[in-house]
Order: sequence, then C-alpha cells, then structure tokens
Amino acid sequence: MDETSLLLARMQFAANITFHILFPTVTIALGWMLLFFRLRFKATRDAKWEEAYYFWTKVFALTFALGVVSGITMSFQFGTNWPGFMEKAGNIAGPLLGYEVLTAFFLEATFLGIMLFGRGRVSERTHLIATFLVAFGTTMSAFWILSLNSWMQTPAGYEIINGKFHATDWFAIVFNPSFPYRFTHMLIASGLTMSFVVAGVSAWQILKKIDTPATAAAFKAAIVAAAVLIPIQIVVGDMHGLNTLKHQPAKIAAMEGLWNTEKGAPLVLFGIPDKETRSNLYAIEIPKLASLILTHDPDGEVKGINEFEGKHPPVLQVFWAFRLMVGTGMLMLLVSWVTLVYLRKRTPATLPKPLLYVLSGMVFAGWLATVSGWYVSEIGRQPYIVYGVVTVAETAAKHAPALIGLTFVGYLLLYTFLLIAYVLVVKRLAERPNRGQALTLPVHMRARAQSQAQAGD
Amino acid sequence: MDFLSTALPLFFMAAMGLAMLAYVVLDGYDLGVGMLLPRAANDDEKDLMVASIGPFWDANETWLVLGVGILLIAFPQAHGLVLTSLYLPVAVMLLGLTLRGVAFDFRMKAGDAKKPFWNTMFTAGSFIAAASQGWMLGSYITSFSDGAFAYAFNLLIALAVCATYTLLGAGWLIMKAEGDLQLRALAWARKATIPFALGIAAISIATPVVSETIFNKWFKLPDFFALMPIPMVTAAAVAALWHVSGRKSIMQAGYGWIVFAATVLVLVLASLGLAFSIYPYIVIDRLNVWEAASATDSLVIIFIGTAITLPTIIVYTVFVYRVFWGKAKDLSYGV
Ligand code: HDD
Ligand code: HEM
Ligand code: HEM
Repeated sequence: MDETSLLLARMQFAANITFHILFPTVTIALGWMLLFFRLRFKATRDAKWEEAYYFWTKVFALTFALGVVSGITMSFQFGTNWPGFMEKAGNIAGPLLGYEVLTAFFLEATFLGIMLFGRGRVSERTHLIATFLVAFGTTMSAFWILSLNSWMQTPAGYEIINGKFHATDWFAIVFNPSFPYRFTHMLIASGLTMSFVVAGVSAWQILKKIDTPATAAAFKAAIVAAAVLIPIQIVVGDMHGLNTLKHQPAKIAAMEGLWNTEKGAPLVLFGIPDKETRSNLYAIEIPKLASLILTHDPDGEVKGINEFEGKHPPVLQVFWAFRLMVGTGMLMLLVSWVTLVYLRKRTPATLPKPLLYVLSGMVFAGWLATVSGWYVSEIGRQPYIVYGVVTVAETAAKHAPALIGLTFVGYLLLYTFLLIAYVLVVKRLAERPNRGQALTLPVHMRARAQSQAQAGD
Repeated sequence: MDFLSTALPLFFMAAMGLAMLAYVVLDGYDLGVGMLLPRAANDDEKDLMVASIGPFWDANETWLVLGVGILLIAFPQAHGLVLTSLYLPVAVMLLGLTLRGVAFDFRMKAGDAKKPFWNTMFTAGSFIAAASQGWMLGSYITSFSDGAFAYAFNLLIALAVCATYTLLGAGWLIMKAEGDLQLRALAWARKATIPFALGIAAISIATPVVSETIFNKWFKLPDFFALMPIPMVTAAAVAALWHVSGRKSIMQAGYGWIVFAATVLVLVLASLGLAFSIYPYIVIDRLNVWEAASATDSLVIIFIGTAITLPTIIVYTVFVYRVFWGKAKDLSYGV
C-alpha cells in the first residue's frame, strides 16, 4: 500500500467529515429548539416566540442545506476512499447505513419542504407535526450513523468467515458497548453547540442594539439549555471515558499522556508528549488524580502507552484534542452558570457588556469541543478502522496520490469558501433580524402579528 | 435459503434501478430548472423558478443517496469497484451538487449584491452535476473503458443527459408556472426536444457499437422483434413531445403536462432497455448480481426495512406533492 495515498485519503476523509459534522451538530438540536419556540407560541400566542421561530428557521434552513450537501459527499466517501471497508464489513455497515437513509434522510428531507414553505398551505397542527418530524429525522440519522461508528470502535455481534464480517446478533451490533455513551454524548454536544450559537448570536444582537423581545426569549432559552446540559455532559463524558478504558485502553493512555503502566497515576494537566523520548516534556501533573478518575481508587493501576507497542494511536494529537474538548466544556460550565445567575436579577439586554462579549465570542465554542471530541475518538482508534480487527491500511483504495491530492485540494478550497460564506450570511441575517418577515408570514398570521406589534408599542 | 439467495439480489438490483430512475426524473427537473435559470426574463422570474423546486429538491436528491446506498448495502463488491473507477467524475458531480444545493439559500440570504453570483453558481452547479452524471453513465455502459473512443461516447451521453434534464425542467415549469414564464418554458421544451431526440438516437446506435455484449443481446432473433416495442413507443413519445411543445393552444387547454409525462415515459423505456442490456451483470462483463451481493442474512434485514419504509416514504412524498400542488406563485424562499 502506498503510504502517501493512504495519508492523503485519510486527510481527505477527515476534512470532509469535519466539515460535515459542523452542520448536523447545529441542526439536530436546533430542530428541537424550533419545535420548542413553536409550542411556546401555540401556548402563549405571544408574537415574540413566532418571531424567534422565523428568525432561527432561516438559520436552520441554511445550516441544513450545508449539512445535506456535505452529507451527500460523505455517502460517496466510503466507496471512493475505503472500498476495502465495505468489502469486509459491508454486511454490517450496509444495513445500518440503509436504515439511516430509509428512516431518517427521507423523513427529514421531505418534511423540511412543509416546514419551510408549508405555512398557510397546511394547518398549524400539520405544520407543527412537520417541524417535529424534521427534528426527529435528524436525531434518527444521528442514531444510525453513531451506531455504525460505535460498532467500528467497539465491534460486537459478528463472526468472521473468509475474511468478511457476518452478523450474528443485530441487537448486539446496534447497541454495541460504546453506543449508548457515544449517542448520548453526541446529542448533548449538539444541544450545547446549538445553545451557544443561539446565545452568541443573540448576545451580539444585544450589543449592536438590534435586539427585539424575540432576541431575549431565544437568549434565555439557550442559556437555560446550556446550563442544564453542560453538567450532564461532563458526567456522561466521564462515564464514556470509563467505558473506553474497558474497551480501548490504548486510547485512554494516549488521552491521559501516560507512557508507563502505573499505580497511582498522575493527571497530566499540561505537557508535550514526545514520541522520541516516550515521555511528556514540560509536564505539569496532579499526583494520583488519573487513577482516581479512571479507577475510582487513588492507587489504582492504569495501563500506559508502552504496553501497546506498535498498536497505539499517535499520542500528541489525542492528548491535546482531549484537553481542548474538556477545557471548552469547563469554560461552557462557567459562562452558562454565571449568565444564568445574572439572569435571575437582570434582563438579557442589561447584562454586563463583557459577559455579552464573551458569549458572542463563544458562538462557535460547540464546534471546537465537538470536533476535538471526534478527533479524540477517531485518531485514538488508529491504526484500526474496526477496532482490534481491521486496520485502515488494509481497506484503503489504491488511487494515485496525485488524484487524491487533486480532489483534496478541490474539497478544501470549496469548504473554506462555503464556511466563510456561511458565517458571513449568518452574521448578515443577525444584523437584520426582522428583514423579510412580512414576506414570510402567511397571510392570516401577518395581520395578527401586526396588531400584536402595535399593542406592544 | 436458496430461493432467497437467488431472489434477493435481483430484488435489490430492481430496487436500485427504480431508485436511480426516480432520481433521474425528480432531481432531473430540479437540475433542469437550474440550467434554465439564466434564460429567465428578470429577477422575479428567477425567484419563481427556484421557488417552484424549493420544497422538493432535498427529498429528490435523497433518491440518489438511496440508489448509491443500495449499491453499497446490497452489492458491496460492486460499490467499491464502481466508485473507485468513477473517482474523479464522482468528485466533480459532488462539487456540482454542493454548489447547487447551497445556492438555494445563499442566493436569497447573502444580499442583493451577491445574488447574481449565486445564481451563476446555481446554474453552474446544476450543469456540472448533470454532465458528470451523464459521463458516469457512459463510463458504466463501457465497463469503465479508457481511450478516445470511450471518452467521446461518455461525452455524448453527458450532453444527452443535460438535454434530458433541461427538457424535464421545462416540462416542470410548464406545469408550475403561468403567463409569460409558462410560454417561455414551452419554447424551451421545444428547443430541448431536438438534442434530446438526437441524443436518444445516438445512444441507441452507439451503445451496441461500444459494447459487444449489448450488441449480442439486442441483435439476436427472436429477441430483436420482442424488443421492438421499446424503440417504437419511444419514437411515439418523442413525436408527442414535438407535437405538444410546438402548440400553445394545447398547453392553454390544460394538456401542458404531456411534455413532462412523455419525457418520463422515454426515460422509463430507456431504463428498461438498459436493464435488459446489462442483466444479469452489475458491472458489465465483470461482476454479476449474485457475485456482488452481500450475505443473504444482511439482505433479509434490509429487505424487511425496505418493505416497511419504502411504501411509507412514497405515501408522504405524495402527500408533500399534494400540499404544494398547483402553480408556484406564492412560495417564497424568504426563510
Ligand atoms: C451525529 C450526527 C451525524 C454524523 C456523525 C453524520 N451525519 Fe450525516 N447528517 C446528519 C447527521 C450526522 C443529519 C443531522 O441528519 C444531517 C445534517 C443536516 C441534514 O440535513 O441532515 C445529515 C445529512 C447527511 C446526508 C444528506 C441527507 C439528506 O439528503 O437529507 C447524508 C447522505 C449523510 N449525512 C451521510 C453521512 C455519512 C456517510 C456520515 C459518516 C461518515 C455522516 N453523515 C455523519
Ligand atoms: C462526525 C464527526 C466525525 C469526525 C470529526 C471524524 C473525524 C475523523 C478523523 C480526524 C479521521 C482520521 C483519523 C486518522 O486517520 O488519524 C477519521 C477517520 C475515519 N472515520 Fe471519522 N469522524 C467522524 C465521524 C465518523 C463516523 C460517524 C463514521 C462512520 C460511521 C466515521 C468513519 C471513519 C472512517 C471509516 C475513517 C477512516 C479510517 C480511519 O482513518 O480510521 N467517522 N474520522
Ligand atoms: C468536560 C467534560 C467532558 C468529558 C470528560 C468528555 C469525555 C469524552 C471522552 C472520554 C471521549 C472519547 C470517547 C471515545 O471515543 O472513547 C469524548 C468524545 C467526544 N466528546 Fe467529550 N467530554 C467532555 C465534554 C465535551 C463537550 C463539552 C463536548 C461538545 C460540546 C463534547 C463532545 C464530544 C464529541 C462530539 C465526542 C466524539 C464522539 C464520542 O465519542 O462520543 N465533549 N468525550
């Protein structure tokens, strides 16, 4: 196998899936938030909820479109980059991907049409159901794809005949050992990403003094969601780590930066893992804490990287990606709780300016944590594609490096361009929160919204 | 078990063919509207054209994911072979589909100054996607041959697919638009009919020439006579197209949908012809459906899922088309 081709194929796959995941993380949770806005409107008939719904629907539509087009790319990437994977594991990966298309993609794609354009054509109830089905579809999609990914991390329920995987127990495959943790952790990650996007954009609107009652409503909902989700995420993350310790000890060793098996292992706060000397440079450690976290015993034994000679992932990337995720999580905890405490006494518009600046600065903090988390999972699984069974190198396509390089550069240029365009357009939408509203409201609601707006003045 | 291991691969081959046909018809009209966009008289007309496909394009594109999905799920061996052979055209198509898909939103939200740019991306993306799909079809028919002759054949099919989608797009606009735009759509349909008909004829002649396997299948008695209805009905459908697209009065009498329906009929017949040509192969002369299939157990699992979900999908797809039935005038892409 050509080393350069393999490296390029991996970089290409990683770049594409990284670009893709940015958008699902927002849409999965934003779908549910939109449903919440809609239900609040139905219950209170307060126009601010409807306005919040319309504004965030625009962002949703844009994000969804980017999620769809990059997802279509992903569905071809298995075949173009890892044909060996489908040949070996097709019997298992195939049905999981198939169920995703059949139960999730069609659902969300079809009802999105009604959600975006159906107002005035269908009853309020049907529209509500369509909004629900879109949110449900995105969540189902996460369910199936994470089931597959978790199976690749912790394979179960299979036997190997003539070098190919065959299913023996579908329940064990779908609900493989790491799946419950990964699915929960990812859904909450999506909730947090969305919350910080909503809170960040709203904070920025407040700073620019273009906020409306809808801004305040969305802001509060987002802060409460973030403040509730982040402690749960930390607990789930810890449980996820314990599960990983059981199934992928080499990954944990890399995350913790532990080179040698130790009793009473320290928690390395900072350091630069160095593969030449097989030690951490400039390390700052807290004695015994890693053992305490991982084994719940200060003198418990934790396996080091040296136990897995030749079969462990690159340490530096995993170590730092993990710190980036956890660090962002801690920051999220701090910021969301401080804001929540302020909100007991103040309205969003009167929050201290520095806090609003911090929140708008953290608008994409969820992206940072999510992508770092995925890097921990995926790089930490190297050199395997199906953990412990099949290596990546065995499954790669044998394309000429120039061909992969060419398309890789193409994807990178396109994605950079689209990402910049996305951020600029969200900014532009935020600057004109009410622009086009009269256009998009259906006739019977337009009159009501106007009369309520006048009553509110 | 034996019955299942014979029948299921055939079932999935048929399902894949149907998904691809659904894709060609459905996303075909979207991409066609995209290619026709520069011909609109003004900006409002452009908005209307895009609005007419707005609620549908995403679901339409999902048929491609299903088609490729079935290839991947049911025929993993072929999936690897096909997609590695088509590496570059697939990448080009994805580029096109990406530009087209994001342009829906960006053209409305990025501001008036950038709208012409995104309109161009919309058209370019539609064109790139259509042409690369045609190229891939050509390449598939010649079993991924290389060389000037094969490339010329692929190019021919690429152009024919662009013409087909344009015709579908025009047929769609005839049904969804009114007044001036509808009249213009009729004229576009007429213009597109010529390359469409030429393309169909050229492909029918070229395919047996480039593929000996296909030649032997069609030009063998008595099959030759049994197959005659396919070209004959195709010719009749093209004649109907030509007739209707030339007459305003027929459209104004409410029969404009014939343009779309006749195009779809031709596509159905072409698919039947293609299916006959390649059966029982999945990659012509290299891999048949049974060699390429997944384990029977896995196929059973997806068969159950397909049997339950596909009818449901069809029901709600019909529901959505009914919700947006009629002229496209009051759909806005404001959100
Ligand atoms: C945790 C969530 C998640 C992850 C890890 C992935 N996706 Fe995804 N994907 C979604 C969550 C999602 C979604 C929420 O369902 C999307 C995003 C926005 C959207 O429209 O649907 C989507 C869209 C989407 C689409 C377009 C569907 C449509 O037409 O509506 C395809 C084909 C894929 N994805 C394929 C993939 C593949 C092959 C992946 C892995 C290699 C993958 N996705 C990772
Ligand atoms: C959505 C978030 C995800 C991100 C950010 C992500 C990131 C990455 C990265 C960085 C790599 C390269 C690792 C390396 O080569 O060092 C990779 C590889 C890979 N990932 Fe993921 N991944 C994600 C989800 C998934 C999912 C859901 C699947 C499958 C269902 C998947 C399947 C693969 C495969 C097949 C490879 C290539 C083989 C390998 O290098 O291990 N990934 N991913
Ligand atoms: C602060 C405490 C956190 C802990 C202890 C934690 C723990 C973990 C662990 C151990 C993994 C690797 C799992 C594996 O592959 O074996 C992981 C992955 C991941 N983390 Fe975290 N995490 C935390 C916070 C966050 C936050 C705040 C986010 C995003 C907002 C996040 C998003 C992710 C994602 C998307 C993955 C990859 C998917 C997965 O394996 O679940 N994490 N996390």
